[in-house]
Amino acid sequence: MSSVVDFRDAVVVFNGFPALAEASIEVERGEIVLLQGPNGAGKTTLLRACAGLLPIVRGEASVLGVDLCVDRQSVRQRVGLLGHANGLFADLTISENVLFWAQMVGASEGEVASTLHRFGIDGRLAEQKVMHLSAGQKRRCALACLVVRRAELWLLDEPHAGLDAAARDEIDAIIREASSAGATVLIASHELERSRGLATRSVSVIAGRVVS
Amino acid sequence: MSAQHSLSRVARAVAAKDLRIELRSRVVINQVFPFAGLVMVMFAFALDNDDVLTRVAGGLVWLATLFSLIIIIQRSFAVDTADGALEAQRVAGLDPAGIFVGKALAVMVQLVTLEIMLFVAAVVLYRVQLNADGTVLLVTCVLSATAGLSFVGTLYGGLTAGSRGRETLLPLLMLPVVAPVLIGATRATESAFTSGGAAVSDGWPWVGVLVVFAAVFGLGGILSFGSLIEE
Repeated sequence: MSSVVDFRDAVVVFNGFPALAEASIEVERGEIVLLQGPNGAGKTTLLRACAGLLPIVRGEASVLGVDLCVDRQSVRQRVGLLGHANGLFADLTISENVLFWAQMVGASEGEVASTLHRFGIDGRLAEQKVMHLSAGQKRRCALACLVVRRAELWLLDEPHAGLDAAARDEIDAIIREASSAGATVLIASHELERSRGLATRSVSVIAGRVVS
Repeated sequence: MSAQHSLSRVARAVAAKDLRIELRSRVVINQVFPFAGLVMVMFAFALDNDDVLTRVAGGLVWLATLFSLIIIIQRSFAVDTADGALEAQRVAGLDPAGIFVGKALAVMVQLVTLEIMLFVAAVVLYRVQLNADGTVLLVTCVLSATAGLSFVGTLYGGLTAGSRGRETLLPLLMLPVVAPVLIGATRATESAFTSGGAAVSDGWPWVGVLVVFAAVFGLGGILSFGSLIEE
């Protein structure tokens, strides 16, 4: 299977309930795919299953060539999941947060500095504690962490939530740039107008099934 | 698990991160240290007898350490769970054993610093005596007991990190488990202080118990921490 994401009739059971019911989806490298659907339809479950966090109980599922039915651990180092929380350390500065993740993959300080510059969170802002940042700056910092981790598949759950228009534009620009650089992006969002403009393709998730 | 996310690399980064957070926030320095010092002073007021204080000094130091451990562990995991950073580490596939060792190392550094302060307070407030042999025993006791406490604390901190009522659940689960450390460390410390006519040599078997305890919980934590923080 050469697709970045390839789910075929995948079933995921969450709290005794089939949160994904024979879901099938194929995503190619560099695509930005919007997952749309009502609350509780299974969008977040699909993202978490792609991240190797939930077991596939039936069907086939592979992410980045790794069979999730066999191995859910090794894929985690290659995907980045950004949910409602940013996963940042509030007492550390932006640069320290990004450096923490850079150390995990052996990324250089130069790589960190260029990432901070690209995301507009360099200079004096980089030395600000995360607790003092705006929601948009925190989001950019979290995305910068995904970049230095060299995540090949970005799984973004409501990436625009809580942000103003300017911050949303900035996030969109970052996602487009990541896609241009070869990252594949899955976005679960209720911001359909905005996300449709960003995505190369959209699919609906309804009652645990993926509908193209 | 790739070599990139190796145990030592993750442990070093996590320990450095936790210690840097403490240096920035100074919660342990500004709140836990004064709390522990206050406990020592309150014990002195409550017992109000020099002979009794000298005899029970070891136990009081370790009780103050245990109370402080609860706060340090809660703080250690609070900084990771506040904005989903612990989940981010899990999602990113960081070696859970590395996270465990890193967090335990950071706790160890904070506890040893605290214990140095507490033993100085014991010498000043409770007028305990310490000779050269006793000092060697005491240092060994502190290191082995602190390792055991840090491993158990980190293990139970991870277990309760995502649960509701974790503030009360952590001491309820952890204190019974660390009872052997309290007993062993107290006996060894009493021997180091030669309290109540104890000989320094009496303390070494208790240090053996502390070393075994630390080894068991260190190994147990390395093997099981991933399952504890897994969904």
